[in-house]
Amino acid sequence: MSATTAGILFVVSLVVALVLVHRPLGDHMYRVVTGTRHLRVERLAYRLIGVRADGEQTWSVYARSVLAFAAASILFLYLMLRLQHQLLLSLGMPAVAPAGAWNTAVSFVTNTNWQWYSGESTLGYLVQMAGLAVQNFVSAATGIAVAVALVRGFARRRTDELGNFWVDLVRITVRILLPIAVVGAVVLVAGGAVQNLSAGTDVHTIAGGTQHLTGGPVASQEVIKELGTNGGGFYNANSAHPYENPTAWTNWVEIFLILLIAFSLPRTFGRMVGDRRQGYAIVAAMAVLAIGSVVLINVAQGMHPGTVPSAVGGATEGTETRFGVLNSATFGAATTLTSTGAVDSFHDSYTALGGGITIGNMLLGEVAPGGVGSGLYGMLILAVLTVFLAGLMVGRTPEYLGKKIGAREVKLASLYFLTMPALVLVGTAAALATASGRAGILNFGAHGLSEVLYAFASSANNNGSAFAGLSVGSTWYETATGLAMLFGRFLPIVFVLALAGSLAGQSPVPESPGTLRTHQPLFVGMLVGVTVILVALTFLPALALGPLAEGVR
Amino acid sequence: MSVREVAVPPATGPAPRVRAGGLLDRRQLLAALPQALRKLDPLTLWRNPVMLVVEVGSVFTTVLAAVSPSVFGAAIAGWLWLTVLFANLAEAVAEGRGRAQADALRRAKTDTLARRLVGWTPGATAPVERPVPAPQLARGDLVLVEAGQVIPGDGDVVEGIASVDESAVTGESAPVIRESGGDRCAVTGGTRVLSDRIVVRITQRPGDSFIDRMIGLVEGANRQKTPNEIALNILLATLTIVFLLAVATMQPMAVFARHAQAFAPDSATIDAHGVTGVVLVALVVCLIPTTIGALLSAIGIAGMDRLVQRNVLAMSGRAVEAAGDVDTLLLDKTGTITLGNRQASGFVPVGGVSAAELADAAQLSSLADETPEGRSVVVHAKTEYGLRERAAGELTGAVWVPFTAQTRMSGVDLPAGTGTRQLRKGAAAAVTDWVRAAGGTVPDRIDAIVDDVSAAGGTPLVVGERVGGRARVLGVIHLADVVKPGMAQRFDQLRRMGIRTVMITGDNPRTAAAIATRAGVDDYLAEATPEDKLALIRREQQGGRLVAMTGDGTNDAPALAQADVGMAMNTGTSAAKEAGNMVDLDSDPTKLIEVVAIGKQLLITRGALTTFSIANDIAKYFAIIPAIFAALYPGLDALNVMRLHSPTSAILSAVIFNALVIVALIPLALRGVRYRPANAASMLRRNLLVYGLGGIVAPFVGIKLIDLVIQFVPGIS
Repeated sequence: MSATTAGILFVVSLVVALVLVHRPLGDHMYRVVTGTRHLRVERLAYRLIGVRADGEQTWSVYARSVLAFAAASILFLYLMLRLQHQLLLSLGMPAVAPAGAWNTAVSFVTNTNWQWYSGESTLGYLVQMAGLAVQNFVSAATGIAVAVALVRGFARRRTDELGNFWVDLVRITVRILLPIAVVGAVVLVAGGAVQNLSAGTDVHTIAGGTQHLTGGPVASQEVIKELGTNGGGFYNANSAHPYENPTAWTNWVEIFLILLIAFSLPRTFGRMVGDRRQGYAIVAAMAVLAIGSVVLINVAQGMHPGTVPSAVGGATEGTETRFGVLNSATFGAATTLTSTGAVDSFHDSYTALGGGITIGNMLLGEVAPGGVGSGLYGMLILAVLTVFLAGLMVGRTPEYLGKKIGAREVKLASLYFLTMPALVLVGTAAALATASGRAGILNFGAHGLSEVLYAFASSANNNGSAFAGLSVGSTWYETATGLAMLFGRFLPIVFVLALAGSLAGQSPVPESPGTLRTHQPLFVGMLVGVTVILVALTFLPALALGPLAEGVR
Repeated sequence: MSVREVAVPPATGPAPRVRAGGLLDRRQLLAALPQALRKLDPLTLWRNPVMLVVEVGSVFTTVLAAVSPSVFGAAIAGWLWLTVLFANLAEAVAEGRGRAQADALRRAKTDTLARRLVGWTPGATAPVERPVPAPQLARGDLVLVEAGQVIPGDGDVVEGIASVDESAVTGESAPVIRESGGDRCAVTGGTRVLSDRIVVRITQRPGDSFIDRMIGLVEGANRQKTPNEIALNILLATLTIVFLLAVATMQPMAVFARHAQAFAPDSATIDAHGVTGVVLVALVVCLIPTTIGALLSAIGIAGMDRLVQRNVLAMSGRAVEAAGDVDTLLLDKTGTITLGNRQASGFVPVGGVSAAELADAAQLSSLADETPEGRSVVVHAKTEYGLRERAAGELTGAVWVPFTAQTRMSGVDLPAGTGTRQLRKGAAAAVTDWVRAAGGTVPDRIDAIVDDVSAAGGTPLVVGERVGGRARVLGVIHLADVVKPGMAQRFDQLRRMGIRTVMITGDNPRTAAAIATRAGVDDYLAEATPEDKLALIRREQQGGRLVAMTGDGTNDAPALAQADVGMAMNTGTSAAKEAGNMVDLDSDPTKLIEVVAIGKQLLITRGALTTFSIANDIAKYFAIIPAIFAALYPGLDALNVMRLHSPTSAILSAVIFNALVIVALIPLALRGVRYRPANAASMLRRNLLVYGLGGIVAPFVGIKLIDLVIQFVPGIS
């Protein structure tokens, strides 16, 4: 079997697996977020937090709960990092410096997992397990909860209640993330990922030297890192490390986990709004963009006309031989299309256009399929904007799922839409305009610019991967990317919840032949077009001076 | 120019054509030019953030071009000013068209002295008069108007009857009758009494007459933004901010890139300080949605204007927009769905009477009946039974019995031998009672026939006869409602657009059902009272539907006020006109369907031009980005897919295209995009193809063509 056939089979088998699994998982998630029953362990959790499980929240209370939980999480994680040397299982690692601790705390609470540090030489096991891994679960659950709240806004009528954040958070963690994570961890361990509390082993090599083999609770963190689209590796090498991602088939499993929830949530959405076709339309738009991106990046990486790539059959630089060029490219697409940011190969070493596609994937706003929850709400925001234009063109006040898209809805969707480009562009420009920003750039010219663009695209979109040629361990970058992550996560969440509140208060408009059909291919096509064009229009100058300048000959 | 000259007669065919042509002649443009220049005032432009950005950019480039003169800089500055000017021109032309109508209206608003009556009571013969300037009249004042005088303000006639020339408002030259009481009591200020004298109670507030509001509306003076317009403005402002950000942040990136490529020569587009100011401004202006920003207010004004052209006055733009959203249309049966009059369509004889005998009796009893129904009986007898029409005078000794509300019959008494032959026709119950009263028997079959006629949507008239003490029923005349031609197709169109039509009628349910089926409406409300109507509207609205209706009587007022679109007839009462949010000067209820179309067209035009405007950006990027950066990275010349001549010609071409496309689209903005009733999917497909795909392709062609010309301009290439 040629490498190309293998690469195609790899992608096709992923698509087939997702098609098979999205239904039962989507239905399961639907039951979890709409059910009324509480598990005993959940009741216990509610008693610990001190919330009334059956009380519903308005959008502003829901938003305040999200923000309060995030603030508490950041503080807790910050203190853990600062006090690491006092903690158990610290492996003798010192406390993390303030700027670094702030950056990492924000990074994991915002579901970004941007890492300025090397895990194996900076963090002890307690911080990894009780700090970072916990955030991997709850930050993912927060994203899904916000998406669910938005969908409730569409589904409900004349109410100001959007559900209860604490209940959503606990249920999503306990009934969705934990069970899949347990099974996934076992699978990864079976594939060879390590899972222990060993401080590591020093071994004598055949050549006579010594080598330190690390240990750690890797598999358990690896699985939620992918499943929750977090991306923060236990080790610096992330999923390229053989203890995190040992074989070609665990590589497949990890990509599957990355895409699993984000591609299943549209099904949940369809069930909640009572029209599965609406869910199919959203997933179709996501799939068109995702498959397009996967094909492009495979072509860019596998068929680069350069002398060396042609000679060795692909752009092998920065890839692991156990995965190969194409499967690494597919991982690269999956990790940037979702806001995961785990890497099994080094995007910085990709061909200029291949690397450009990973940047482009993030700049789409992480909607194809995007991070868990955030991908769905991001795509729904774009759908609202598309409905607005399309609705005017059919001569009616635009409406989506029976809810009118008026001035307030457009305003909130616009604010959401404005946030990410503002953070990316201002961050990139500020880095290039200041000496401290330029000091981190290790590469020259266009590639150097791409590295900075990548850093801010990644942090503002809560992706977390990086072009490695930028040293981001400086106070300037730790502060700037920290702010980008924080605003990039929570400003949109507030706008989404406000939109949900505004939608929930409306009574739906009944459907008629004059209503724009938002489940038809025409609308899906327009949604894809709006997503691509809005990105291209906003970021073309930056992309032209980065990846395009480097890659177009 | 009077309103009449621009008014389009009410369309009678099934598919009204929007009046085309004559949208932009040179005279109109020239007339609008001074106004367009005045609109350059930033305080005026403040309302339009997109164009304000262009104006600020124009000032900036003008300063730059003055500091370091170059043909390129001057050309860009010039074309940016033209871009703002063209936008102003679009608005000024739209307003100008309205202003011409407003001037005509103002002439009607003569500030005559009103003859205010003091202490007047109905029937007073010598009331005390006090002259008051018309604008000072208060609500509730009573004024006397006599033949030849102008009515000083809107009001209701409380005493007298007069013929009134309302051409100043309606454009219709035939005088109309206005009388106290009933549904024809409303008079409009500015119209002229031709005969007799009337006492009018003023119902308007000072300075808020019908004509004042009309002037305000057609001039677009106190035009308020409609909900959709506000939402669209937010989106446009957002896009403007995004592109300002994209260009502003491009500069540090360009500086960084320029330092990396230190060997690259300075060019007109980029030097050691980064991208030149002129080019930055040009890029911003090309990217922000100037096309729709320039035309948005013109589209709104023109939409109102299209209504006025059809002699419909909307009290707010919001009402026009709501018309496009209407889900349910309530239409009165009589005059809207059916012709106003019923017509005889058959004679059904009973009890051994021949059809010819019945026809003869029916004709005789109708000869003096001047109602359209009566005339139709005579016509039917002639066309179907060959009965010559007899003049009422040729029957000697005939005594005509007119219709009264008490007897509910009309007919004739003819001398027949020794006695008289009495013929009556009228409501079934009335005539059968009349026959029974004279000892005649009524065949059972009559009830069945009457029911059948009703069930078929017709009105039965029974004909009876008394001759020499013998009374009998001769038969039944079938009066049928005639559905206006083309209505079924119209309702079908509406259905495809997702609009449900409900017929409102006072008929009994069986008759209503039959006519509803024939006319093809979706539903009907039979034996409707004003309360039923109001309840129906509330019910529809609770289901989230928007309702439109027409009405003219005072008892329609609550329903008109409740409906989302309430179109009052100009012949109606002031109460009805006050309650509705539109008035049809032609008093043609069918026009509601056209109003819906205009509302939709307004939204479609906005959406289509926004899509076009955004789609245009792709080509502009492909013109400008390689023009700026190909000097640094020669590979980027691959993006110059149009193979434009030089960086400066490319940028200037994009700017010129951006300005000219505004002018090119002014006629479209004023006329509205082509609109044919269809379902949402096919409408979206068409508009997406024309304005989305067209918006992507057109500028590639346009910019290339402009580049082919301007590359020969010295100093550009």
